[in-house]
Amino acid sequence: MTEFFSDFSTVLPRLISEGLSATVYSFLGGAVLMLIVAVLLGVAMHQGPKWLATLARIVVEIFRGTSLIVQLFWIFYVFPQLFAVDLGSLWSAIVALGLNYGAYGAEVVRGSLNAVPKGQWETTTALSMPWLTKMRRIIWPQAWALMLPGFNNLAVMLVKGTAAVGLVLLNDITFEANQARITNGVWAAFGAALLIYLVIALIVSTLFRWMERRAQHRLGLWVKAASTTKATAEAVA
Amino acid sequence: MSTDETTQASAAQQSEASPGIIFEGVVKRFGDHTVLNELNFHVGKGERVTLIGPSGSGKTTILRLLMTLEHLTGGYIYVDGEPLTHKKENGKRVELRAKQVAQTRKRIGMVFQQFNLFPNMSVMENIIEAPIHVLGKSKEEARGRAQQLLDQVGLGDRGDAHPTQLSGGQQQRVAIARALAMDPEIILLDEVTSALDPELVGDVLNVLRDLAATTDITMLIVTHEMQFAQDVSDRVLMFDGGKIIEDAKPDVMFSNPSNERTKEFLRAVL
Repeated sequence: MTEFFSDFSTVLPRLISEGLSATVYSFLGGAVLMLIVAVLLGVAMHQGPKWLATLARIVVEIFRGTSLIVQLFWIFYVFPQLFAVDLGSLWSAIVALGLNYGAYGAEVVRGSLNAVPKGQWETTTALSMPWLTKMRRIIWPQAWALMLPGFNNLAVMLVKGTAAVGLVLLNDITFEANQARITNGVWAAFGAALLIYLVIALIVSTLFRWMERRAQHRLGLWVKAASTTKATAEAVA
Repeated sequence: MSTDETTQASAAQQSEASPGIIFEGVVKRFGDHTVLNELNFHVGKGERVTLIGPSGSGKTTILRLLMTLEHLTGGYIYVDGEPLTHKKENGKRVELRAKQVAQTRKRIGMVFQQFNLFPNMSVMENIIEAPIHVLGKSKEEARGRAQQLLDQVGLGDRGDAHPTQLSGGQQQRVAIARALAMDPEIILLDEVTSALDPELVGDVLNVLRDLAATTDITMLIVTHEMQFAQDVSDRVLMFDGGKIIEDAKPDVMFSNPSNERTKEFLRAVL
């Protein structure tokens, strides 16, 4: 047991100093790209003309329906040969993670737009709002509150998904843990890796829950039912 | 005189007084179901017309077609002489571009049964949003007008409130203020009291009575509040099966209707 703790206390700082940055950069880059891809594809599927919606749907199905690791290899190994575009390890990881999780995110965005009550959409028409005003000012703030739980889920999955980036030669947490196993044993190496992923996931998930509460607060969902009842009582009186 | 002849005679009479709204051969189908078939009627400028009739008779569809919330299957709608969604060109029916439709639509406002206030905005923001972003008014100008309208609907001190802090009746009065903030020439009222507790109906109807008395806005009303219809309407149209079966002044419609179906309907609701 003492040996385990001694190994663990050696491995943990090593993983943090040598593997954390690749994991965090892959996650942050992947998360930003995931959001962009999800919004573009999700809005295209919901609001676009038929040809655009179909095109977005095809892209979503391709990236959702194929393996993340195979996509990673395509971007890292095949693209340089096909298009003479060499993104390097980190950008290949970011692009693959962003596209793959963005495809899932597109469904979250589409579903949330769908869940904004029909009356809200119709009122924007009745007030003659142009498309951009309607989306930016009325629909999006409501859809955003609905899509945050879905994005929370995806972001936590994305944290764990970064474990694949070692396959394109990034020295991330998983890669470093696999190296540390040789010197410090499997228990300490993978125990430390688990702990780091769990902490990152908890931070990400806490952040998203805070954003979710903020978005709901803006929609007035924090107002207790009692105040509405009180308003009705006052009006009647 | 048959019902159709009565309708046409009345429509012709209305068209003489510069028509604000014209429905010409309007057809609306949902799949195989025809809701409106070759519907013709006019509403004069500044006229208050109430549409009554059983559920599914096409009254709400008429308002929704005017607000361009439904696609017109056939025929034409004119607003102040301008085609709304389709025009005649060399004998053909041509659909207008979205921008042209939006131009004409700006003359029309609508108040919905479910209020539909924007939950991400305060009462004041709900009212000034479209005047700023659609009419291009300055924030100060829009706020000034919104405050005036809130005073008019009896909610002058609730501008900072959130919609969920208001009762249904108050929310509906805000929705009325919001529609009026766009300075529409025509306002469509779609069963605006149907979702309210009975005690809250009076305040909303009083606001509308006041609106009818103090402005020359054209009003097209779908309601089950027959007393209100009688008080504010210049004309009442009785619908059944997507057709106007009786078109009369409110005192005649409610006291001495000529059509058997109208008599039966009014007996059931009055």
